[in-house]
Amino acid sequence: MIIFKNVSKRYPDGYVALNNIDLTVESGEMVFLTGHSGAGKSTLLKLIAAIERPTSGTITISGQNIAQLKPGAIPYLRRKIGFIFQDHKLLFDRNVFDNVLLPLQISNFDNKTVASRVRAALDKVGLLKKEKAMPIALSGGERQRLCIARAVVHRPSILIADEPTGNLDIEYAQDIMSMFTSFNQVGVTALIATHDASLLRDTEHRILSLKQGKLAV
Amino acid sequence: MIRAWLMQHGFVFLLTLKRLIATPVTSLLSVIVMGIALSLPAGIYVLMENLSSISGQSASSPQMSLFLKLDVKNEDIKSIKQRLEENSQIVSLQFIPKDIALQQLQQSNGLTDITGSLVHNPLPDAFIVHTLENTSEVLEQLRVTIQRWPEIEHVQFDSAWIERLNALLKLGRFVVLMLTTLLSVAIIAIMFNTIRLQILTKRDEIEISKLIGATDSFIQRPFLYFGAIQGLVSGATAWLIMTLAIQAMNEELIPLAQLYDFDLQLQQLSPSDSISLLLFSAWLGWLGARLSVASHLWQIEPR
Repeated sequence: MIIFKNVSKRYPDGYVALNNIDLTVESGEMVFLTGHSGAGKSTLLKLIAAIERPTSGTITISGQNIAQLKPGAIPYLRRKIGFIFQDHKLLFDRNVFDNVLLPLQISNFDNKTVASRVRAALDKVGLLKKEKAMPIALSGGERQRLCIARAVVHRPSILIADEPTGNLDIEYAQDIMSMFTSFNQVGVTALIATHDASLLRDTEHRILSLKQGKLAV
Repeated sequence: MIRAWLMQHGFVFLLTLKRLIATPVTSLLSVIVMGIALSLPAGIYVLMENLSSISGQSASSPQMSLFLKLDVKNEDIKSIKQRLEENSQIVSLQFIPKDIALQQLQQSNGLTDITGSLVHNPLPDAFIVHTLENTSEVLEQLRVTIQRWPEIEHVQFDSAWIERLNALLKLGRFVVLMLTTLLSVAIIAIMFNTIRLQILTKRDEIEISKLIGATDSFIQRPFLYFGAIQGLVSGATAWLIMTLAIQAMNEELIPLAQLYDFDLQLQQLSPSDSISLLLFSAWLGWLGARLSVASHLWQIEPR
């Protein structure tokens, strides 16, 4: 469960990205976050993974107040979260397989199970046949799916996606959305930020709309 | 859990070796520079070790000669021996009867004619003792004590010679210490810069690793391994340089020493000193990497 209470975020240059946000996301829920660019969607998602710290207010994830988390505890919070970045953040010096391997290396997984886990994640996003390819050789859609595979390989309980369908055409975008739905169906809490209204037209999931740092009802 | 931890370290170790081999020229040059830097103080240290062993006895165990009066009897000699053995300052002693002394003198080059013309043996019985301490105060005190014994004609030790040797060794040790300090700082600086460049080129990897939950120690580990391994290899290079240099010097020195009828050969670094050299150089590399990581990694925070 993710709970925001009176959360504000002001950047050092004075720009207020979030203004007094109250928000609860139940565990196992799938929630969309919409709004124009600059409305504070990315900031809100970054607060959950402690990439940014709130100026005021409390953010609670499974009972833990992450606004006051010590720096040493942040890595362990991030291991509970699968983050799909707007700019993918892939490593171009290693192949598809090794990119997906990284989260498992980081969290000290046993060598025997890692290969099968990596392949299972690649299979889910349809990249199994490209495990030896370098990211530079992948298309935009494939890179996005690689990023998703890396985000889910360590089986996080929370999945966060920042504009996951950014520059993709509608077919690819729907593909990716159905992936999120299937992760959500096995109990993963999902938060997806998107400005793509066409994706939200006939969804049965909750939609939160951000406008100039405030939640619009 | 422990198995996973070991695997993690094994993995990082292999990764580090790969990184070293991936940039062969850079790695080789750094290793050579660091190896030469280390071989200087280590080489002087070896020469000093040789100097103190060439001087006939270990420098820490100086020699004192006790010449007895010509008319001493066997019982007197026994009683002197006993007294010397009871003295805690004396670690070992050797009795040289006057006959043996004369024989030794006759064997010495060029003195045969002189000794042959002697009617009777003019030499006294003597003791040679080795003392524990080599400070001049202790030796002087011992000399005064023994000189008072009635059977003793003369106590001799070359205090000036010991003082000079000690001063020389002290100077040598100081030079070794100074060079070691200076060149250690240089090695730490080289390692610091190598790791700084590595961190810069691995910026993306570090940032992404932090974003997906890598702890600081996970991120630091490959750099620290790199420092330690490169330090170790540099230590091995220094060892090799010295071993070859001593071997080459011996090839020149042994024939030269033989011309002077002198058995002289430089000893190589002892096994325990070799291990110390390797451990110390690995530690230096690790320290340089540690300092570099501490001052550069925190600057890379994901945004």
